[in-house]
Amino acid sequence: MTIRSRVLEALGTVYDPELDEPITSLRFVTSCDVSADGDVHVRLRLPTPQCAPNFAYLMAVDARNAVRRLPEVRGVKVVLEDHYTGDEINAAVGRGEAFAQAFPGETEGELDALRDLFRRKALVARLSRLCEALLAGGATPEEVTALRVADLPEDADGRRCIELREQLAIPAEDDAPAFVLPDGAPIAAADLRLWLRKARLMRTSLEVNGGICRSLLRIRYDLADTKEVAA
Amino acid sequence: MYEHNGEKYFVMDGHLHFWDASPANWVKGQEQYAKGWIECFHAYQGLGPPDTHWPIEKFQKYSEEDFVKDVFEDGHVDVGLFLPTYLKQWYTEGFNTAERNARMAEKYPDKLIVNGRWDPRDGEAGLKQLEEDAKRYGLQGVKLYTAEWHNGSRGWKLTDPESQFFLEKCQELGIKNIHVHKGPTIWPLDKDAFDVSDVDHVATNFPELNFIVEHVGLPRIEDFCFMATQEPNVYAGLAVVIGGLMHARPRFFAKVMGELLFWVGEDKMLFASDYAIWEPKWQVEGFVDWTYPADEAYSDYPALDVAGKKKIMGLNAAKLYGVEVPPELRLPDEAGTPAAREDAQLVEGSA
Repeated sequence: MTIRSRVLEALGTVYDPELDEPITSLRFVTSCDVSADGDVHVRLRLPTPQCAPNFAYLMAVDARNAVRRLPEVRGVKVVLEDHYTGDEINAAVGRGEAFAQAFPGETEGELDALRDLFRRKALVARLSRLCEALLAGGATPEEVTALRVADLPEDADGRRCIELREQLAIPAEDDAPAFVLPDGAPIAAADLRLWLRKARLMRTSLEVNGGICRSLLRIRYDLADTKEVAA
Repeated sequence: MYEHNGEKYFVMDGHLHFWDASPANWVKGQEQYAKGWIECFHAYQGLGPPDTHWPIEKFQKYSEEDFVKDVFEDGHVDVGLFLPTYLKQWYTEGFNTAERNARMAEKYPDKLIVNGRWDPRDGEAGLKQLEEDAKRYGLQGVKLYTAEWHNGSRGWKLTDPESQFFLEKCQELGIKNIHVHKGPTIWPLDKDAFDVSDVDHVATNFPELNFIVEHVGLPRIEDFCFMATQEPNVYAGLAVVIGGLMHARPRFFAKVMGELLFWVGEDKMLFASDYAIWEPKWQVEGFVDWTYPADEAYSDYPALDVAGKKKIMGLNAAKLYGVEVPPELRLPDEAGTPAAREDAQLVEGSA
C-alpha cells in the first residue's frame, strides 16, 4: 500500500458532520498529493462557496488530524478552496488553531455541541433504517426493542452506529439496548412506531441534503453524474 | 390560472425575485461574494429540467419582458409575492430590493404583491425605514434573511432582543406575514445557522403573526416539521422543495412531500417557484400532475387530492394575503376567506 492510498483511506474516515457521510464518497476531496519525503497536500471543495463555515472548518481540521496520525506522513497541508471563509479557515487549520481563533469575536464557544447534536441525528437516522428493515422482515416492536448492540448487523449502518455511540458516550457494549432515543435512553416497545416516524424524518432530511449537495457539487465542478441513493 | 384534467387551479406564487446581479452592480472589493452568490443560485437552476436552464449572463440580470412572459404568460401565475433580498454589502443597489420590485409591481397592481424586509442590526433607523416602507408599499408581509452579512456581522436570530421591536412594529403596522429564510451563517458562528428554534420562540410570543418558513427550513426539514406541529401560525414555503427536488431527485421529492403532508398538512403549505432560480411553468404543471411513486416505501404517507393541490397552489396563500379568488376557482365548501389564525386553531384543536 502506498502512502497516498493510506492517506486516502484516512480521509475516508472523515465524515461530513452534517450529512454523516465520508468526505471521500461525497467527492469533497479534490486532490491529494504526497511528496517523496512524505509531505501531504490535500485540497477540499464543497458544493457552494457559502456552505456553513462551522461544518467546513470541522471537515478541514478533521482531515488534517486524520492524515497527521499516519506515522509515515511528515507534514500535512489541507486547503479548503473556493469558499467565502476559506482564508480564515485555512489559516486557522494550518496553524492548528481552534474555530474561535479563525473567527475572533464571532463565536461564543467551540464546535463540540454542534458536532454532538449532529452525531445524535446521525445515530437516530441510521437506527431508523435498521429498524425498518427488521419490521419489514416481520419482527414485532417488542422483538425490535429487545435487541442488543450485539444484534446489530455487521453492515455499514451497524458499524457506524457503534462508532457514533462511542463518540457520544452512549453505551456501546454488546448487551446495551440497540435502539435508543437521541439522548441514549432505550425505547419502549409501545413508543417504537412514533419514534420511527420521527427517526425516519431525520433520515429523510439527511438523505435529501446529501442529494442536494451531490447535485450542486456536480454542477459546480462539472462532474459526471452519480445515481440517486434514495432508500 | 392553470387548467388540468378539467380542474382549474388558482396559482399564487409565494416567492418571486426581480434581481440585478450583473457585474455593474457588484460592490468594489466584494466581487468574489457577489459573483459567488449568483453563481450558486445558477447552480441551483441546474437542478431543473435542462430546457429551462439560462446562460449565466441572462441569469445575472433578466428583463421585465422575461419576467412577464415566464411568470404570467407561460407560468400560469395569477398573483405573485415579491420577496426581497437586499445584500447591500455585496450589491451596490441591492440584490433584489422592495424598491426595485415595486417599480415592476406598479405596472401589474392586481398581479404582484410587494413585501418588505427588516434587519434588527439596523436599529432605530431600520424601524423608521420599515414604517416608511409599510406606508409606501402597503406591506402585508416581510421577508427576513438571517444570514445576511452586515458591518462585520454574519447573521442574526429572531430571538435577538432588537428583533422584538421589529416584530412589535410589524404587529402595529398590520404586517402579519413574516417570511423567514435561514442561511448558512449566524451570530455566533459556532451555532447551527439553520436552526429554526428562534422561529418557534417568536411564533409562540406573537400569535397574531404568521411565520412562513421559506424552503421548509431546508436543510433542517426535521426541526421545521417538529416545530410546525406545535405552532398553529407556522407555514411551509415550498420554494426549492419543488424546484430543487421534483425534477432532479423525484424520490426524495416524494418523501419530503409525504413528510410535510404528515407533519405540517396541506392547509399550511404554500406553492412557490423561487423565480428566477426556476421558472414557474414546469413547477406548476409538474406539481399539479404529481403523485407518489407506486412503491411500498410511500404507502403510509397522507394522500394529496385535487382539493389539497388547489390549496397548496394558491388558496392557502390567498387567505394569508387577503387575495380575492374568483368564485369558480374556490373549493366548494369555502365560504369567504376566514382569517388564517382561526383556521390554524381549528387544525390545532383537531390534532
